[in-house]
Amino acid sequence: MNELDAKELDMREAEQHEVEPLRHLFEVNRRELFKLLGAGLVVGVSARAGLAQESGRAQSEAIPQDLASWMHIAGDGKITVLTGKVEMGQNIRTSLAQQVAEELHSPMESISLIMGDTDLTPFDMGTFGSRSTPQMGTQLRNVAMQARETLLDLAARHWQAERTLLSAQNGFVVNSRSKQKISYGELTQGQNLVKVLEDPPLITATEWRIAGTPAPKVDGKAFVTGAHQYTSDITRPGMLYGKVLRPSAFNARLVSLDSKAAEQFAPANNVKVVHDGDFVGVAAADPESAEHALSELKAEWSAPPQISEVGLFDYLRKTPDTESRGFGGRAGRETGSVATAIASAAKTLSQTYTVAYIQHAPLEPRAAVAEWEGDKLTVWTGTQRPFGVRDELASAFHVPTKQVRVIVPDTGSAYGGKHTGECAVEAARLARASGKPVKLVWTREEEFTWAYFRPSGVIDIKSGIAADGTLVAWEMHNYNSGPSAIDTPYNVANKKAEFHPTQNPPLRQGSYRGLAATANHFARESHMDELAHLANLDPLQFRLKNLTDPRLRAAFETAAQRFGWGKQAAGPTRGFGIAGGFEKGGYLATCAEVAIDRSRGECRIVRVVQTFDCGAVVNPNGLRNQISGAIVQGIGGAMFEAIHFQNGRVTNPHFRDYRVPRFSDTPQIDVELIDRKDQPSMGAGETPLMGLAPAVANAIASATGIRLRSLPLMAKPLAAAGTKEGSGL
Amino acid sequence: MPAITLIVNGTERTAEAASGESLLSVLRNRLGLTGTKYGCGEGQCGACTVLVEGRATRSCLAPVESVAGEKIVTIEGLSQNGKLSTLQQAFLDEEAFQCAYCTSGMIMSAQGLLAGNAHPSDEQIVQRMNGNVCRCGTYPRIVAAIRRAASGAKKP
Repeated sequence: MNELDAKELDMREAEQHEVEPLRHLFEVNRRELFKLLGAGLVVGVSARAGLAQESGRAQSEAIPQDLASWMHIAGDGKITVLTGKVEMGQNIRTSLAQQVAEELHSPMESISLIMGDTDLTPFDMGTFGSRSTPQMGTQLRNVAMQARETLLDLAARHWQAERTLLSAQNGFVVNSRSKQKISYGELTQGQNLVKVLEDPPLITATEWRIAGTPAPKVDGKAFVTGAHQYTSDITRPGMLYGKVLRPSAFNARLVSLDSKAAEQFAPANNVKVVHDGDFVGVAAADPESAEHALSELKAEWSAPPQISEVGLFDYLRKTPDTESRGFGGRAGRETGSVATAIASAAKTLSQTYTVAYIQHAPLEPRAAVAEWEGDKLTVWTGTQRPFGVRDELASAFHVPTKQVRVIVPDTGSAYGGKHTGECAVEAARLARASGKPVKLVWTREEEFTWAYFRPSGVIDIKSGIAADGTLVAWEMHNYNSGPSAIDTPYNVANKKAEFHPTQNPPLRQGSYRGLAATANHFARESHMDELAHLANLDPLQFRLKNLTDPRLRAAFETAAQRFGWGKQAAGPTRGFGIAGGFEKGGYLATCAEVAIDRSRGECRIVRVVQTFDCGAVVNPNGLRNQISGAIVQGIGGAMFEAIHFQNGRVTNPHFRDYRVPRFSDTPQIDVELIDRKDQPSMGAGETPLMGLAPAVANAIASATGIRLRSLPLMAKPLAAAGTKEGSGL
Repeated sequence: MPAITLIVNGTERTAEAASGESLLSVLRNRLGLTGTKYGCGEGQCGACTVLVEGRATRSCLAPVESVAGEKIVTIEGLSQNGKLSTLQQAFLDEEAFQCAYCTSGMIMSAQGLLAGNAHPSDEQIVQRMNGNVCRCGTYPRIVAAIRRAASGAKKP
């Protein structure tokens, strides 16, 4: 089971945005780069090769040969790496620097990254999909390696020495015979050199000395002192503060607007009122005045009746989108014959699982600072897709993309929720109208309502086992949630997996860390547990019996061993569960221990052990942090997070009634990394999320006999939640 | 707009403020002290935490008039002459952050906790810090950082 299988089934799930055909050119102005960073060496990639690598798609359109600049080495030895990826707390600012430092043989301190600036950094499709480490990491390693080779060439010429005597060490080229050494900076001084990338071999992970170490987070000090400027902290000369008037419900149209009172308030208070179609907003010299002006606006909206939460799952199942591909889905293929296998199976099982809508709730809400200079627009904003947002802005304001610059400061998280540029467009609109820079920061209520949500879903699984517990049939249908990880990693001769997109889902849906893999893992690993009980086998043994993939087996066995699986029997107040899987190059297994309060029907997660294998580990400290954090975040979606909605309104858009995991929800977490230096480094931003929900559901079942098949598991107290047979709803 | 004088990080600061404007808004938008963050505006996430007379306070819920004349300490006021406080250093040592947006509020809440209780138990840490949200889920390291800072403190 590998990514290739998923591609054959054409089950690759698209991300939130529409992946546009790559029309973009590398708008690199090398002269400006040298002006900005000084004379030195620039290493670049020819446009065609770079695009193909980053997009994973063949590009038939003829693209002018131009050079994207990926690295600059200055006369003072300062190394600047340029990447379109952005830092959202996943710490790639550190781990990518490590990968560069390794290949370049240069200390970490000499390297800094310019990230997510559409004027300076090469085109990038976006920071999502766990791709930064495998794809951008490899790209930057190639660039660094090429730079190193160029420096050796330069030194050989400089010294008139044999190339074979020279080696790159710690920021210097050293001549092993004469013992001369020269710094990288000295070698490039005063020159404007450009090197175009070829295809070099990379340093193997077993030889790493900088990559593979727990390098501390770059610029850490700026974060503990409050010095780092997030988008919402940025100020510009003459800046105004913006507010947007929100509709009464989703899909509402503005019927009328009475802005007289707001206009009266405006002149004395430096307020600008903007009304453009259905867009209504204000910009003012201070946020209080903006707030006041907004409250003076009287708007009438008209919204159609819309589906509410009650009846959601029925709606998702019965309203297929047969026209378009929907959210990246397509019918799956069948292997063998499921129907025949089910008919002859010793035991069969048919169950339904559901997941609620949840929201990312990044602690920094959407924010943007927009500034026009004539027809040139600059927007600072925390988005995962600076180039995508640049296009949105260019399109919204009918200006060429090269007149739009998007800059992404290191941002207060996203989790897949910041692909789109609503706030950037709104801020730019207000800036355009007022003739001054505008800062717009969404409120928490706006962030909960007007962004997008992880899709809700219904998952049906039908399966069959032989008398000895061998899996003989497996059929899985996912409605609306998505096809990520819909294919099972277990051995089964007769299987079918199909994703059914829903027509007009009730809420705006989009990418959320892990996409549908969380839902599909929950359904599958819960179902596997139910089958294990049906087969009268230990849940771990049942899985291993039906699994040959060695990396996934290793993940399960390591986790189980570390957890002490099987050492203690479950009891009415103490349960143990196991779950695992594979997604985007990462293998995981999760064991959970829960404590049940029978009288109150409450469940507390006491202990979680998780193993993770994502190939050669670039930064073990950063990786542990991400995995542990994903487990905590996963507790939210597993136990209590749910967006409630009624007739086009979100009814719980506040932290007081959208419960997120807190200190008191955090169990003892034990992470074991499986560091496969012989395997390519894969991403880890998403997959560690996936084992928690089913491990906990399985643990609850082991203690109470109650099988909960709906996320969030604790929507109701346990006693009310369900019977042995019933679902959690 | 009326002017108000506050004592922030040991210095008198005067700013214009609307009646009832939150301390958070005055700090960030009037005084340029952006280290204190907006997370929810409802006192539910702790990102806006500052110290008022040594007490951890959600500045998004504090009308600025209510803290006039009281000693306010923000994250910017913790390091002395460029030297990090014990807590700040502990957060760095434990790398108790990912996106770090919650970090200012976490450190200020922890500062308030340790000022009143130099050697809190884990239960006390969890209880006192529970109003601070970390969406990246870095809670275990934050607890470790607080423990680390507490263990470095001189015993009474």
